[in-house]
Amino acid sequence: MINQVFFFYFAVVIVAMSLMAITRRQVLHGVLYMLLLFFHIAGLYLFLNAEFISAVQIIVYAGAIMVLFLFVIMLLNLREDVRKKQFIAVWPMGLLVSVGILMVILMSMLTVHIGTKGVWGIAQIERATQTVAVGTVLYTQYLFPFEVASLVLLVAIIGAIVLAKKRLR
Amino acid sequence: MIPLNWYLWLSGVVFCIGMFGFVTRRNIIIMLLSVEIMFNGVNISLIALSHYLEDLAGQVMVFFVIAVAAAEAAIGLALVILLFRSKETITVDDLNELKG
Repeated sequence: MINQVFFFYFAVVIVAMSLMAITRRQVLHGVLYMLLLFFHIAGLYLFLNAEFISAVQIIVYAGAIMVLFLFVIMLLNLREDVRKKQFIAVWPMGLLVSVGILMVILMSMLTVHIGTKGVWGIAQIERATQTVAVGTVLYTQYLFPFEVASLVLLVAIIGAIVLAKKRLR
Repeated sequence: MIPLNWYLWLSGVVFCIGMFGFVTRRNIIIMLLSVEIMFNGVNISLIALSHYLEDLAGQVMVFFVIAVAAAEAAIGLALVILLFRSKETITVDDLNELKG
């Protein structure tokens, strides 16, 4: 019972915050709603035995990515842009497509059933502690994708610096 | 115990809200925000499936999604700064010089 109440609270707030974030005229307000959204998603992860991911969500998303957005908004002078129309002229078409795809997703999830369970049940994670369990899987089974992810981040760092620097003569 | 379907429905709703924002907004920063919302919708379903399948692969995937999201935000915002420096606007409808 208490679980359902908490889930409904988080679900309602997540949906409301994401709706608010994409409809605000001021970009800054949208980013602040996103911040609330990320905190509530982190709270939802706590229900699903993902404490470490929940911390990473707050540190990386709320702490790093959203601050990056805030910096860029403060660097730019958006006074002209906020006065313009915020949605494209055919936005009902976008709504129609989104709702259609949502219907397909919701319908397809009615038939979901859980397949063979893996080895990391709650008892095993509790015995190993969560961070150790995630680390074990990450650095053994998924070591190569981990290296590729580090390469992606390296490319992003170099790309961002090269793109944003002033032209040298 | 909350059924798995509730989490999957929530993730579908969040994903579609993000998609609606991406296709209808004209502000490029809000479009990038919408992409982040879509990433988060997918992350919810990955974490939920990871919990209900008792397999940590889903949580590991979320790490990679977050890494890619960080890279995408860095590159995307660098492009936004470039765009603003040359055109003084970030409204995508005003950037129509490539139209055929």
